[in-house]
Amino acid sequence: MKYEIVIGLEIHAELSTKSKIFCGCTTEFGGEPNTHCCPVCTSMPGTLPVMNEKVIEYAAKAGLAMNCSIANFSKMDRKNYFYPDLPKAYQISQFDLPICSNGFVEIDSAGENKTIGITRIHMEEDAGKLLHDEWGKSSLVDYNRCGVPLIEIVSEPDMRSPQEARDFAEKVRSILQYVDVSDCRMQEGSLRADVNLSVRPAGSEEFGTRTEMKNLNSFRSIFRAAEAEAKRQIRLIEEGGTVIQETRRWDDDAGKSHSMRTKEEAHDYRYFPEPDLVPIELSDERINNIKESLPEMPWERFERYTKDMGIPEYDAGLITASVRTADFFEQAVTAGADPKTASNWIMGDLMKLMKEIDTEEIPFSGEDLAELIHLIKDGRISNNIGSKVIEKMFRTGRKAVTIVKEEGLEVVSDEGALEAIVDKVISANEKSVSDYLSGKKKAIGFLMGQIMKETRGKANPGVVNKILLKKLDSIGDM
Amino acid sequence: MKFDVRKFTIKEAAKLLEKGEISAQELTEAFYDVIDAADESVGAYISLNKKEAFKQSEKYANGNKGTLAGIPMAVKDNMCINGMKTTCGSRMLEGFKPPYTATAVQRLIDEGAVILGKLNMDEFAMGGSTENSYFKNTRNPWNNDMVPGGSSGGSAAAVASGQAVYALGSDTGGSIRQPAAFCGVVGMKPTYGTVSRYGLVAFASSLDQIGPITKTVEDSAIVLNAISGKDPMDSTSVDTGITDYTYGISEDPAGMKACIPVQYLAGGISPDVKKRIEETIGFYEKSGVTVEEVELKLADYAIAAYYIISSAEASSNLARYDGIKYGFRSENFSNLSELYSNTRTEGFGDEVKRRIMLGTYALSSGYYDAYYKKALKVRTLIKQEFDGLFRKYDFILGPTAPTTAYRIGEKAENPLEMYLGDVFTVSVNIAGLPAVSVPCGLDSKGLPVGLQLIGKAYDERTILRAANAYQSQNPLHLPFEEVSHEI
Repeated sequence: MKYEIVIGLEIHAELSTKSKIFCGCTTEFGGEPNTHCCPVCTSMPGTLPVMNEKVIEYAAKAGLAMNCSIANFSKMDRKNYFYPDLPKAYQISQFDLPICSNGFVEIDSAGENKTIGITRIHMEEDAGKLLHDEWGKSSLVDYNRCGVPLIEIVSEPDMRSPQEARDFAEKVRSILQYVDVSDCRMQEGSLRADVNLSVRPAGSEEFGTRTEMKNLNSFRSIFRAAEAEAKRQIRLIEEGGTVIQETRRWDDDAGKSHSMRTKEEAHDYRYFPEPDLVPIELSDERINNIKESLPEMPWERFERYTKDMGIPEYDAGLITASVRTADFFEQAVTAGADPKTASNWIMGDLMKLMKEIDTEEIPFSGEDLAELIHLIKDGRISNNIGSKVIEKMFRTGRKAVTIVKEEGLEVVSDEGALEAIVDKVISANEKSVSDYLSGKKKAIGFLMGQIMKETRGKANPGVVNKILLKKLDSIGDM
Repeated sequence: MKFDVRKFTIKEAAKLLEKGEISAQELTEAFYDVIDAADESVGAYISLNKKEAFKQSEKYANGNKGTLAGIPMAVKDNMCINGMKTTCGSRMLEGFKPPYTATAVQRLIDEGAVILGKLNMDEFAMGGSTENSYFKNTRNPWNNDMVPGGSSGGSAAAVASGQAVYALGSDTGGSIRQPAAFCGVVGMKPTYGTVSRYGLVAFASSLDQIGPITKTVEDSAIVLNAISGKDPMDSTSVDTGITDYTYGISEDPAGMKACIPVQYLAGGISPDVKKRIEETIGFYEKSGVTVEEVELKLADYAIAAYYIISSAEASSNLARYDGIKYGFRSENFSNLSELYSNTRTEGFGDEVKRRIMLGTYALSSGYYDAYYKKALKVRTLIKQEFDGLFRKYDFILGPTAPTTAYRIGEKAENPLEMYLGDVFTVSVNIAGLPAVSVPCGLDSKGLPVGLQLIGKAYDERTILRAANAYQSQNPLHLPFEEVSHEI
């Protein structure tokens, strides 16, 4: 039988506000355990949360960028459960009146445009971290992450393949980065996803029983977990079994998941309205102000790059996929680089270098790329040298001019210096010279190559060509 | 010169300090002498703050000369003071020293207050007799066999026995007003949001409010001036725009309109209490205040709604006491689940456990709509019913409690009967209104009766004015004999 996979994602993104959601502590990642916290973070008796207004603004921004309606009235609720990383024994979250709802995101999956519905986006606080093992029987708690603001983005079950799930997650990250509300650094856990997945016979209208896989922290693991879970469910059904509604933990190393708890064992979170905070009221005017403050979105930039700058669609798609790359590109163009040339350098050398070490960061600025492009355009270095220089820029972060100067890579156009080299090559290659003179004009290519080799590629080819022809002609005249 | 410092009101003490007839250190010392003499029988204090109190009194000479400067007072032990033990009357917080000070207390410290110590209370403010304290019983200064009321029983008993000029209490369902009534002093619960809750150990966040327990209505207004006001640390605190609660307090009440719900003089109310309340009605009518009987139909539902809402919030607020971060931890565990359950089993008393279970149940999936959600609806209706009355009347009057103080142990085994003692106070918290309890004479056993005046939200000044009118004609009696304490 043919099966259809149905996937919905819940994506948790840490917001990049400077301070935490309910107190003034820093949200900075890392730090010695329990140094980024205060009595509010550790929920000492009598302390109270105070809402960080920036969190509301950031959440609304994310919602607007994902075409959600923003609630004029929403509230915070308590989600009650015991765990040592949750010092209040409740998480302040949003239950029935989230700040954003009914949105959508468009993804481009396998060349097809698809709309994925956003059910809701709500605000909540992060928990701390348990540190196990090193102390034998006991565990320690680090509350530094407690109270770091999060948004949870809940999608509709609109994805039909692991690849679509991955594409959606990547698109969400791209949008969050564009509106500058989250760093989305997955290795630091600032973006994590839960995958809700079920399968059903192709053509069926009814949903199958779904499972939930928690806390996937890379796009690769979202894809792999979805793929493995779909296979597991299909195999189970084929073998005559039934899928049970449960929460599963994905083990990325083993490439498989195992059951954490079934529906019967699920927590009763006893949600109720948070009485320590007042409801969140956003006027239409304030929502409009936030809307107007949204930066240019990836699809808008795509239009501009392809229409106004003449960048090919494929290239524009890749450059706008990440706001960092797109900003880098625009910096280069603003600094005077030809858009197409800048795009070529990014699509070619830079993408390759970034892929090699699996990073999204370019350790130099768009202005630095523009400088390199100008060096080539002015004939001060060759295109080939340019490739070497950009690699060095990427590895060391040094500027193109510095690398060219320190390593003596500038094109030699000084005729006096080049003449001596030309003479040397002519006298060392009598065979090629006589071949040329006897009419085999191709031999000049070999001689040029030898000269470039002698100058380690720095000779200005035009000047060399001119000198070489002049010298060969004078030998022929003799 | 001889003073009986036990009788001092804030105004009197401030005048003597100002004139230099007594120094702030002498005054503080005199109060510690009173505590030494009286607290063995009363048991109002959980801890004393001598070293810090004398330091605070020394500041008087060169510091703030406001009305509260240099005046010795004491604080219910559920308000945090930096570096000072805050127990909440519970084993769970035995030895806990917070690294911060409650905003209301800080505002008093900023005014130059001298904090004598922390006062006994029902564990986590749950109870009406102070018998639920893990540490000790507090006895009613009028009769040591009787309870002082609760949960701010230590606060009321300390003020009534002259062991502090005034005290701070907290009121979730009557915990300031009822002990004030039982001990024959003035207890004020401000409108929800008037006083910051930051640093007040939470019982039920949407109901809790800090307020003063004083000897006079005027003192109550003076303390409220200092502790009220918007606090950036408490989002539910409000900028009321009122800076002086004493304003107009001495004005003639003639022309005011009052009402008494018929439900307030029916049912389980003791005949003595009823008689005293009827006398106060007579007083007001003679003073030119009209008093009309009205219906308060939802009064009967207030207790049920209150116990569901307050217990639900408490079950969540008290979940943080898990033995992980601070306070008590059971030594008896071999895994996380045992650490939680044994810590909470050994750390909490029966009444607290009862309410946690009640609240957890009310919030549970499948019961939420029938209990918690319904209670919230009742809450809205009760508010509306009060709003309706306040469109016609300036204040509502009635008894603070249906009885006077009862014997220690008398109701300890019957929590439900104890809950019914809150019948006149809880609806005020549910509606977030201000109310004050003023002593209005004694019953046949010689125990004080409290008159409760309820006002509309943020209109403390109206009930303070009405209460002051009564008290200025019916001066305060204190339980102790006229023996002067020489200093």
